[in-house]
Amino acid sequence: MDYANSLYLTGPEVFLSVSGLILTLLAAWGGRPSARYTTILAVAALFGAGALTAQFLINDAYSLGGDAFGGLYRMDAFGSMAKLLIYAAAIGCLIVTPRFFDKGTEYRPEYPLLVVFAAVGMGMMVSAADLMTLYIGLEMSSLASYVLASFARSDGRSAEAGLKYFVLGALASGILLYGISLVYGFAGSTSYPAIRAAFDGGLGTGAMFGIVFVLAGLAFKISAVPFHMWTPDVYEGAPTPVTTFFATAPKVAAIAMTARISLDAFGNQVDVWRQIVIFAALASILVGALGAIGQSNVKRLLAYSSINNVGFILIGLAAGTAAGTSAMLVYLAIYVAMSLGSFVAVLMMRDAAGNQVESIADMAGLSRTNPMLALCLAAMMLSLAGIPPLFGFWGKFVVFQAAVEADLVVLAAIGIAASVIGAFYYLKIVKIMYFDEPAEVVTGKSDLSHWAVLAICAIVVSPLGYLATKPLGVLADRAAAALVFAG
Amino acid sequence: MGGFPILSAMLLVPLVAAMACLLVRAGTARSIALVATLLNLALGIALWANYDIGGAQWQFTERHEIFQGFSYALGIDGIALLLIVLSVFLMPICILASWESIQKRVGEYMAAFLIMELLMIGVFAAQDMFLFYIFFEAGLIPMYLIIGIWGGANRIYASYKFFLYTLLGSVLMLIAMLWMVNASGTTDIPTLMNYDFPVKAQTWLWLAFFASFAVKMPMWPVHTWLPDAHVQAPTAGSVILAGVLLKMGGYGFIRFSLPMFPEASAQLMWVIFVLSMAAVVITSLIALVQHDMKKLIAYSSVAHMAIVTVGLFSFNVQGLEGSMIVMLSHGLVSGALFLCVGVIYDRLHTREIDRYGGLSINMPHYALLFMLFTMASVGLPGTSGFVGEFLSLAGIYKVSTTVTLVCTTGIILGAAYMLYLYRRVAFGEQKNADAAAMSDLNLREWLMLGPIAAAVLWMGVYPESFLAPMRKDIAALDARLSRAAPSGDAHLVAGEPKAEAANAMPEGVGEHEATAEGAH
Repeated sequence: MDYANSLYLTGPEVFLSVSGLILTLLAAWGGRPSARYTTILAVAALFGAGALTAQFLINDAYSLGGDAFGGLYRMDAFGSMAKLLIYAAAIGCLIVTPRFFDKGTEYRPEYPLLVVFAAVGMGMMVSAADLMTLYIGLEMSSLASYVLASFARSDGRSAEAGLKYFVLGALASGILLYGISLVYGFAGSTSYPAIRAAFDGGLGTGAMFGIVFVLAGLAFKISAVPFHMWTPDVYEGAPTPVTTFFATAPKVAAIAMTARISLDAFGNQVDVWRQIVIFAALASILVGALGAIGQSNVKRLLAYSSINNVGFILIGLAAGTAAGTSAMLVYLAIYVAMSLGSFVAVLMMRDAAGNQVESIADMAGLSRTNPMLALCLAAMMLSLAGIPPLFGFWGKFVVFQAAVEADLVVLAAIGIAASVIGAFYYLKIVKIMYFDEPAEVVTGKSDLSHWAVLAICAIVVSPLGYLATKPLGVLADRAAAALVFAG
Repeated sequence: MGGFPILSAMLLVPLVAAMACLLVRAGTARSIALVATLLNLALGIALWANYDIGGAQWQFTERHEIFQGFSYALGIDGIALLLIVLSVFLMPICILASWESIQKRVGEYMAAFLIMELLMIGVFAAQDMFLFYIFFEAGLIPMYLIIGIWGGANRIYASYKFFLYTLLGSVLMLIAMLWMVNASGTTDIPTLMNYDFPVKAQTWLWLAFFASFAVKMPMWPVHTWLPDAHVQAPTAGSVILAGVLLKMGGYGFIRFSLPMFPEASAQLMWVIFVLSMAAVVITSLIALVQHDMKKLIAYSSVAHMAIVTVGLFSFNVQGLEGSMIVMLSHGLVSGALFLCVGVIYDRLHTREIDRYGGLSINMPHYALLFMLFTMASVGLPGTSGFVGEFLSLAGIYKVSTTVTLVCTTGIILGAAYMLYLYRRVAFGEQKNADAAAMSDLNLREWLMLGPIAAAVLWMGVYPESFLAPMRKDIAALDARLSRAAPSGDAHLVAGEPKAEAANAMPEGVGEHEATAEGAH
């Protein structure tokens, strides 16, 4: 086994792990005052890992990808693209965090550390070519996430969110492990190519159960219906920057991981898992849309919105084609910008005393008290609803295009008709901000770092985003090609 | 125009102006909007002047491959040309109409209107199906904001209804478009207009497009968003809604449904006929009992749009030409009627018909113009309404005499409710002192209504100016449809033309004018 090559191919993870360990030492000696520097260094580490990953993605010498550590880990364009999205989301979340905690004394250097270690885990998840690697990566990112969810120690809701996330996450891990053991039992291996080969001839009932359990465990991680119940509670309770993180980076990782395992390990049994994915997709779209209507807390509403979006992404997976996978990645990229933007906008809403404003009713008339913030948030909402000319439409467009090309016209028609229900509550936010009389609650000033992240997201989401369709499409196609024809 | 990208320029002017409006104060925003719309009007006139009648089918084409999956392709034929000219003609009038009545958030208001103008021109000029869809759908956002922010008391409900109704209609069309592109391998509208889809698939595709266009049109029974939206929208919003947005449905039928799915169109013609007949009679009767002026005109719009749809699905040249003229005429006339309502609404702040009366005494100029537009709406010869309705009904007569009979009834009912409205508002005694004290039109209102009056008369007296640019395109569409055209029940037989006119005197002296002068 060529360790040098393996270490090189896992470069981003190795680099991030080492950076994380160094940061741990810095944090241990520096104590709380070092929080700010640790954050800056963590952002730098993520940028470094991103640069390594980008080099793998762009350099033609790596276009075929490569296996590391005897097939436990696979470096390819698919993983690299997912990792870039994860790092970008993590950087965005880290940038907005310190100022959020400024008022209290809760911000600690552990926070950026946990984000870095979560990023390592997520990188492993999307690059795993073996069920063991997958599980280790998943647990690594999950453990970091549990701690992050309860990071606001003095806030009861945050502690509750952390506990709920932990208990339900452990349950999901159990289900996943059970599925993995069944798959291993019937395939005789945990490596994706070996599972694919073993399942080539057909599936026994036991193996099918294995697939169902694996997908159920993964559905929890991507908060697809019917395993979505934790999402609104955790999103509401966790501190807003943490929610921003949860809605973006781990979601990309979990979806990319699901895509890889479905298309690679179970790639020749598409018909077996397709109906599960179709059900989860439609149910997520519907539950996400209907559940959001009655919400009065904007973070809960965005939680349902993320469930809704997962449904659309799963339609791309249901297509089971290269075009579908590419569409998923395009959607994910746009989704990261939209979620990051909307959560940062929520994060910026503070009352005169500097407290967070989370009630939707308090956002009334925001367009007159804070027009720029209202404009950006309205753009995010309409984009999430998929109304052209905002860029969110493009994500839905490619996903449905892939579904139609894969002859899933009925699925596409139902899915897109259900998206109209979702449009209702996005419109409600716009209505409250633009049509209602000002409630004069949101008056606090926002930090430059928040504005910067929001502005970048707003530019991506604006019609200018369409200029990126070509490069984005080329990248996503290359990533999808690496996956679907692998093994 | 030597390669000058005039269509892109027409899109760019309102975009730049809209950005500018967001940043400046109210007074400046008004001026910027007016200048920008006038500039676009000038470009529109240049477009018309440079349009080569009888030349290439698609002119002023531009194409840039800057997107994945679709291209930035613009180009117009005669049909699109006239609708673009209608849009740019109405825009400055809308800005003038909002000059004084809009006092809050003026910059945003003007920006929304300018974006609206951009999107309308984009819809008519797009030559790529997905580009069309983006423009088509994007119009929802500014219109939602216009109704919701500057609308009347019940604006929230109306804005939701408008948005969700039209969105549901359009998303199914998107799926149909994706299927078509997947099957044909192109997004180019001119190519698709000559692409033969399998007849079985056509039915489904037609229905999906129908779902979108029927809501936009709007056809009975999915028209209910329109009266709500109209009543709650500010005057200029109503003008744009009635004048141009409703035409997107008709344009959709003429650009997509008919040429792309001729067989399905013939097969499902009866759906259109039944719904249109129902619309003409039912909405006319509803209009008859309205107390709100805007609502009355909104219902009359539904009835007029039904004449458009029957004309479109008559599969012959008269019907198609007639429908186009009805669309243009209705754009002008209903726009003008909403402006007339706006004029007196600005003075008395009510649209209740009973609050007015005898306006011809204190507002004679207003009463005169209002009379002209009422007559044009009724379809009096000499006005634009007559030309369109006559041609449409002549076209549909060749297909179904029954449909013609029912639709003509609608025109009689139309005369009833419009004349009844006019009598209650302009004639009779001056019941209310405040209504009696209202002043006549000021210069700004003359500038709004005068040009429309001139255009209405022009179209009524010499429709050839408007028919000529689209003659070739209509003929091409008719040729495309001929293979599916139904035989009809009229069985018209062309007779031998007589050597001399029917009213010729034996000696050829004392020439008698055969015009309908007694109609007044």
